[in-house]
Amino acid sequence: MKTIPLICVALGVLMMSPVFAESQKLVLTGSSTVAPLALEIGKRFEQHHPGVRVDVQTGGSTRGVNDARIGLADIGMASRALKPDESDLTSYRIAMDGIGIILHRDNPVHELSDEQIRAIYTGQITNWKSVGGNDQKITVVNKAAGHSTLELFLYHFKLNNREVRPHVIIGDNQQGIKTVAGNVGAIGYVSIGTAEYEQTYGTPIRLLGMNGVAATVDTVRAGHFPLSRPLNLVSKGAPNLLAQQFISFAQSQAVDDLVKAQYFVPLAR
Amino acid sequence: MIWSRHNTSFLSRADSALTQVTGSTALVVAVLLGLVLLLLIKESGSVLSDGGWTSFFVSDGWYPQSDEYNLLPMLWATLAASLGAVLIALPLGVMSAVFSRFYARAWMVNPLRRIMVLLAGIPSVVYGLWGLTVLVPLLGAWMPPGSSLLSAILILALMILPTVSLTSEAALSAVSPASLQGAAALGLSRKGVVLGVALPEARAGILTGALLATMRALGETMAVLMVAGNVVQTPGSLFDSVRVLTANIALEMPYATGDHRAALFATGLLLMMIVTLLAWLAGRQQGGDGRGHAHE
Repeated sequence: MKTIPLICVALGVLMMSPVFAESQKLVLTGSSTVAPLALEIGKRFEQHHPGVRVDVQTGGSTRGVNDARIGLADIGMASRALKPDESDLTSYRIAMDGIGIILHRDNPVHELSDEQIRAIYTGQITNWKSVGGNDQKITVVNKAAGHSTLELFLYHFKLNNREVRPHVIIGDNQQGIKTVAGNVGAIGYVSIGTAEYEQTYGTPIRLLGMNGVAATVDTVRAGHFPLSRPLNLVSKGAPNLLAQQFISFAQSQAVDDLVKAQYFVPLAR
Repeated sequence: MIWSRHNTSFLSRADSALTQVTGSTALVVAVLLGLVLLLLIKESGSVLSDGGWTSFFVSDGWYPQSDEYNLLPMLWATLAASLGAVLIALPLGVMSAVFSRFYARAWMVNPLRRIMVLLAGIPSVVYGLWGLTVLVPLLGAWMPPGSSLLSAILILALMILPTVSLTSEAALSAVSPASLQGAAALGLSRKGVVLGVALPEARAGILTGALLATMRALGETMAVLMVAGNVVQTPGSLFDSVRVLTANIALEMPYATGDHRAALFATGLLLMMIVTLLAWLAGRQQGGDGRGHAHE
């Protein structure tokens, strides 16, 4: 029975210890696309600033914006530009990401117009024959609600998610690539960085060009690729000193290798 | 005598301490369960109170962007996938249990059980990956897109098979040797003993195992998420892409806010209600027939 007060004391010390600790903490929340990059940048930032801890949590761009707005996070992460009703926040671009349409490598179709993609996703075209391919049923792969990739895709093709007639709904990029790689009749869309990497490593998928622009990391960097998006850090008002340092660091050349390692495209400087 | 009295009092003190420890642990578990339930109700409160719970069953479909949250298609998909998996796994599991209990040679019994235990221990995401890269393309070549209710059923059946088999075997082991010997002495063939005596006596234990397996199938998330296709629609055929309740939470929770988030908590509440119902059924099944009680 004597142990119980002891345990209480120990628990108390444990719970209070952060108060006494000198370390500074920087909390980032938001887009699951930006998070892995922010995590790597955070690790390098910690090396340069001893005593600083960078805590990265995912939850989607919308959460990043909300958390930055109400102060739950020091910095929010968003894989899109800020919307008009989010003008109370400031965004800092750290990299570019492109969304590419992917088909199976054995699909003879090499180019689709925006009009055709819209028709395929709304179920008006259901066979590859209609767009110059083999006589084969089209499997439409769409993203689950809430993903910024889905929002960008719908926005670009002026679609409402209600009109989309998907056969498969996926969560993350890898699931999308595996689904298309396993189905000759499938069409899907994922981050170009990830798709280009998988393509070079022999996964049987092919990135489609759009409006005559090839879907590559280079066209995304140059800003030519129609379906591309900025990866942003967002903050409300002027960020505190530590956050300010982190943002400048994330925008500097010192992290270009990290951006490339995540198959994103570094800023053109 | 003094020694013995001391010993007794020592034991009882130890017992009372142990009673407190085990009792408080049991209480903590019960309280945690209660807290989970409370959290689910509290978080789903905003949709439950304003739209009323009927909106989960009458609206157009699942369109979080326009605040329509119909759970029925996903409820049917969940029930269909679990039921289908049990229909496949139950006969296979019971037959494999009968084999290792009554027909297998002595040296085979242990390796067989080891394999079943190993199967039960494989993480579900591994089943999911296998399903996504092997099973789905295979089914897709036959009946595109391959991601379907059928692939979900097959993966789930594989996952719950060990549970069914192990609990069935335990139930068969618990059949009293006297009945088996008596039946054999009456000149019944081995088939007669199995069908006429062993299986009927182990019925309650086998059914309890099947209910446990159903609960696992209902709660499985990752593997089903990867192979079922996840399109929200009432399954009309085995080849339709479907989304189960667990997959709905896993797919959308990281990005959900407001009423959408609350609707996902309500999804969890619905799942918990189904599982509670099954647990109650399993308890009744076990209470009803003590002889078939599984021990392992």
